[in-house]
Amino acid sequence: MSGTENQAAPLEIHDLTVAYHKKPVLWGVDLEVPAGQLIGIIGPNGAGKSTLIKACMGLLPMQSGWVKVFGQSLKEVPTRVGYVPQRESVDWDFPVNVMDVVLMGRYGRLGLFRRPSKVDRNVARDCLDRVKMLPYANRQISNLSGGQQQRVFLARALAQQADLYFMDEPFAGVDAATEAAIVTVLRELRNQGKTLIVVHHDLPTAKQYFDSLLLLNMNVVAFGPTAEVFTAEQLQRTYGGRLTILSEVASVLGAGNGGVNL
Amino acid sequence: MNPGGAILGSLGRRRLVWALGLAICFAPTIQAASVQDIANTDWGEQLVRFFSFRDASLRYALVGSVLLGLSCGLLGSFIVVRRMALVGDALSHAVLPGVALGFLWNMSKDPWAIFVGAVVAGLAGTAMVSALTRTTRLKEDTALGLVLATFFAVGICLVTMIQRLPTGNKSGLDKFLFGQAAALGGDDVSLMAIVTLVAVTLVGLFYKELLATSFDPGFARSSGIPAEWVHHGLMLMLAASTVIALQAVGVVLVSAMLITPAATAYLLTDRMHRMLLLASGCGVLAGVTGAFFSFVGRGLPTGPLMVIGASTVFTCAYFMGPRHGVIARWWRHRQSAARTERENTLKALYHIWENGGFRDVGTTLADLAERRKETIDEALGRSRMLAGHGFATVDSNVVYFTPEGRQRAAEIVRNHRLWELYLTNSANIAPDHVHDDAERIEHVLGETVVRELERRLNYATVDPHGKSIPGPRDIHRDAAVRGGDGGVRNPEETS
Repeated sequence: MSGTENQAAPLEIHDLTVAYHKKPVLWGVDLEVPAGQLIGIIGPNGAGKSTLIKACMGLLPMQSGWVKVFGQSLKEVPTRVGYVPQRESVDWDFPVNVMDVVLMGRYGRLGLFRRPSKVDRNVARDCLDRVKMLPYANRQISNLSGGQQQRVFLARALAQQADLYFMDEPFAGVDAATEAAIVTVLRELRNQGKTLIVVHHDLPTAKQYFDSLLLLNMNVVAFGPTAEVFTAEQLQRTYGGRLTILSEVASVLGAGNGGVNL
Repeated sequence: MNPGGAILGSLGRRRLVWALGLAICFAPTIQAASVQDIANTDWGEQLVRFFSFRDASLRYALVGSVLLGLSCGLLGSFIVVRRMALVGDALSHAVLPGVALGFLWNMSKDPWAIFVGAVVAGLAGTAMVSALTRTTRLKEDTALGLVLATFFAVGICLVTMIQRLPTGNKSGLDKFLFGQAAALGGDDVSLMAIVTLVAVTLVGLFYKELLATSFDPGFARSSGIPAEWVHHGLMLMLAASTVIALQAVGVVLVSAMLITPAATAYLLTDRMHRMLLLASGCGVLAGVTGAFFSFVGRGLPTGPLMVIGASTVFTCAYFMGPRHGVIARWWRHRQSAARTERENTLKALYHIWENGGFRDVGTTLADLAERRKETIDEALGRSRMLAGHGFATVDSNVVYFTPEGRQRAAEIVRNHRLWELYLTNSANIAPDHVHDDAERIEHVLGETVVRELERRLNYATVDPHGKSIPGPRDIHRDAAVRGGDGGVRNPEETS
């Protein structure tokens, strides 16, 4: 448990269970994330990586457990948390341009009835510049390449000026230049003392990019500094033996009593 | 960025839309006159009556059409970008039992009772759809179809029963099926005005929230925007504006007034706030057109006419939209095809000139035809096309480059050979595989990419096939050399 509110961990998860159609995807997750780190979440397909961060953001109902952000519930401190969803989660033919999308990062701070001001526009412009997308500010979003779309999403998250960031596969399907640009920005953020939790799918680069790794497969297999966690044995435990028995038992129980309570 | 304010504030622009609408109404009058002859009415008199706004019922019909076009266009834009168009359809059919129950409340066509009944029924329908999708394995499209049909069937039975009742003033209830703007009364119009005003105000106030939740609901929720409330509010306003449009458009077609103007606007613009303005404009245009033809057609149902009006506007946007329109796309395609054609001819001329050791005074049409494997006539046509763009001059079966033409030809050949070299060197593609790709790329390489290619290839001068790549000095030599030398002939020399 963390101490006073000022020193509270950026993210603390206790006994988190999330299920889709009564089948648990995450099961009894406990986690306490230290501040100022670049943390990667890795694990096989269907391990619940995206589910974990969506549940943390309150986008999915939890079967059990709780999530605290800086010692409080997310609803109390929404502006301290930034989010980069998967690129495929939106319709890129939507009638907005790049600037409109980045400005959406400011909406959470604006509150009701207030429109983005000149200050917000300047913040958005700075964020676009940091991901080298400023020349595209007035471009319709359907005219962007995959890598550019991802950078726009990152710029929108930067515009949130949050202290804790969740990013869902920001490196998926982007070109090498974009990947390098994103890594640079992530490291800058980390050096400013922000905490970043990034779902990642590529093992070789995972070792290189992240300070700490969370190995996930339905529950936490290992969490710690990359050097300690990124071992053949731990990866074998994460990727090798799928936790089939746990998954089967839990789904039988789930179907029986409507929840998972072992 | 202020659609609500802009809509309220741009009365001038709205008047323009009005004038445009009336102009379009006028255009087909000549053809429509024959229909009027059959109906045996005085066309001119009807026209004068329409534009003098003498009839109270006509005034109501017109104002009502404008209001419903406005609110449907505005809210329809959001359901189109949220991919909820079918929800609008289900909503409009689900309101019918509510209309009947509202009538039964005090056995009269009381607008408020019908409004409340219909909105409640519509929301019950959509709630049922989401309940079905949540509690069963059924997907949303199936649930929509099921609920829509059930509610509609119940509604038709109720309306038919009411019309068979011996008591009560039943006039007008049948109009809810296909719509009759002329049946609108003062109470109806004031209700429509209130709903439209509320819709415009709410969209103006919550534009930011509506935009964010429409584009990326997950992100919006994560940044503290109450996406569920925005959704429910939108559904409520959607139900309300569907209901006020019912009497004029009819249950069957009211969803078209939500979808078609918004779809039209979607084709015409890439920004949400402009889409809202355009959709409202298209909605008003369609509404007024429908009311007009319904009036001069002496009681033709308004709904179908409005929808035909909306679809006509959509068709125009489909063909004539400046960027996404079919004609614009076709024109752009043609332009680029013609340019490619010209550049290929220039390239052929350059090759002939190159093979002749850059010495020939000009290229005969026979050589060009031979090179491009065409007839002399075709070669002449191509050369004339080049001449039309100032790239060449044609003089008694001999083609001469103009300086511009030779510069462009050298650029194209350079692009082609640079690209071939790049593919062979950097992408490890065999030299005999690179030609076709270079044939396409040569026409679209921009100067900055060419600079980059030259740099990466160490300013190479020979392509994979051993031909020399024209450098800047070859391309810009005409600044120094003029006249017959190098196959270039000064345009002034030819008459």
